[in-house]
Amino acid sequence: MDWQAFQLSISLALCSVAILIPFGILLGHYLARSYSLWNQLLKAVFALPLVLPPTVMGYYLLVSMGRDSWLSQIYVFLFHEPLAFSFQGILLGSLIFNLPFAFIPIQRALEDIPEELKDAARTCGLSHWQSLFKIELPLAWKGILSAVIMTFAHTLGEFGVILMVGGNIPGQTRTLSIAIYDKVQGLEMGSAGLMSIFLVLVAFGTLLLTQLLATTKDQKPKAYL
Amino acid sequence: MKKIVFLALLQVLFVSAQSLNTVPVKVAAASDLRLALGSIADDYFQLTGQKVQITYGSSGNFYRQIMQGGPFDLLMSADESYVQKLNDQKLTQGPGHLYAKGRIVLFIPQGAKISLDPELKDFKLALLDGRIRKVAIANPVYAPYGRVAQEILEKIGVWDKVQSQLVLGDNVAQATEFAISGNVQAGFIPFSATYNDSVRKSGTWVVIPESLHSPILQRMAILKGANAATQRLYDYLLQPQSQRKFQDTGFQSP
Repeated sequence: MDWQAFQLSISLALCSVAILIPFGILLGHYLARSYSLWNQLLKAVFALPLVLPPTVMGYYLLVSMGRDSWLSQIYVFLFHEPLAFSFQGILLGSLIFNLPFAFIPIQRALEDIPEELKDAARTCGLSHWQSLFKIELPLAWKGILSAVIMTFAHTLGEFGVILMVGGNIPGQTRTLSIAIYDKVQGLEMGSAGLMSIFLVLVAFGTLLLTQLLATTKDQKPKAYL
Repeated sequence: MKKIVFLALLQVLFVSAQSLNTVPVKVAAASDLRLALGSIADDYFQLTGQKVQITYGSSGNFYRQIMQGGPFDLLMSADESYVQKLNDQKLTQGPGHLYAKGRIVLFIPQGAKISLDPELKDFKLALLDGRIRKVAIANPVYAPYGRVAQEILEKIGVWDKVQSQLVLGDNVAQATEFAISGNVQAGFIPFSATYNDSVRKSGTWVVIPESLHSPILQRMAILKGANAATQRLYDYLLQPQSQRKFQDTGFQSP
């Protein structure tokens, strides 16, 4: 068991959740407000990572983080180290490929809130933002929880983008999924097997948890997957 | 309050993911060095307390990563030309040193009915009569042992014929993994890979004479911006006890 890789995977997943969920709430809220064509287009763009092959995302990330790119130059100017092949680099990749998981469940949960409740909030004198934080988000808690769990679990499982963009550097970019690949190449099957079983259990646990949390006593289970 | 604790925990995890007690020397090492370098690095740590972090992969892939700013201190390539190209672009501290010479073998997994000879006569026959359906090599475009495998196949006149039967590994370690899996009937793998128990148990091999390919000259160089501790490791790798370790695990003196 590569504990350094384990710790790195957990860090990456927690950081991704911490950064993406607030953004997912804002985006989900914005897109839930109407079904206009503009919103549909926006949703299609932000949901792209769900469908795009990881190598496509990896390619664009490599190009945009390359030594001569403007992003890399700004980053080096600010932080004195390169962005490519660093934890920050794979975190950036993670934020992009996890985005759909962070906003779609929240958007759906917010869409399910009846208009009457929002109208009632208005007549009670709540502003738009007060209504969002005091009424809508608490009602959409299942969607938010789904988003958190799915983003976390999906980060643990990501491989293709991290392989292309990360460089397999221990302690920086060798996450658990990369470590398994590395062990197999080094013909250390036992170690690879142990880490694989671990990830299977985590994945199973995550899905089960999501399902259970979606079930409330008198209601049909509604998991925003 | 809970939020603050959560953020603090996040911060600790974030930071601890990167910081280490002593700053390790980061080595980008050719895949054929797994056994040799792992052992040398352990000895070095016992001797000096200096941690060495090794990432194995194909030399061509490391060349590309280093050109893009990859954070390595030392490149141990299986192909001189990558080091020379990096030196030309002023990305290394000097032209480096040859640290070993590699050899390549034809590996036949158990069960495959091909007899081994240094001129690869039966291998050629087996390709033509269908006993060999798939051959594993490293990718010739960016992996040195793949390029050498291509030279050999061209020299014995089967390169065109074998195209549709090649299984390409990203690096020679992956090619080795394919070769011992039993899913291919032959593989061109490093001689150093045959010192690995899993490989020894899975089949037989013949070392290919150097008359069939250009020499595998393995060169290393310290990279621009490397950690100060790298020079000590570099010197250690050239000393007799390290050189002996290389020669005990399938390399020859350069």
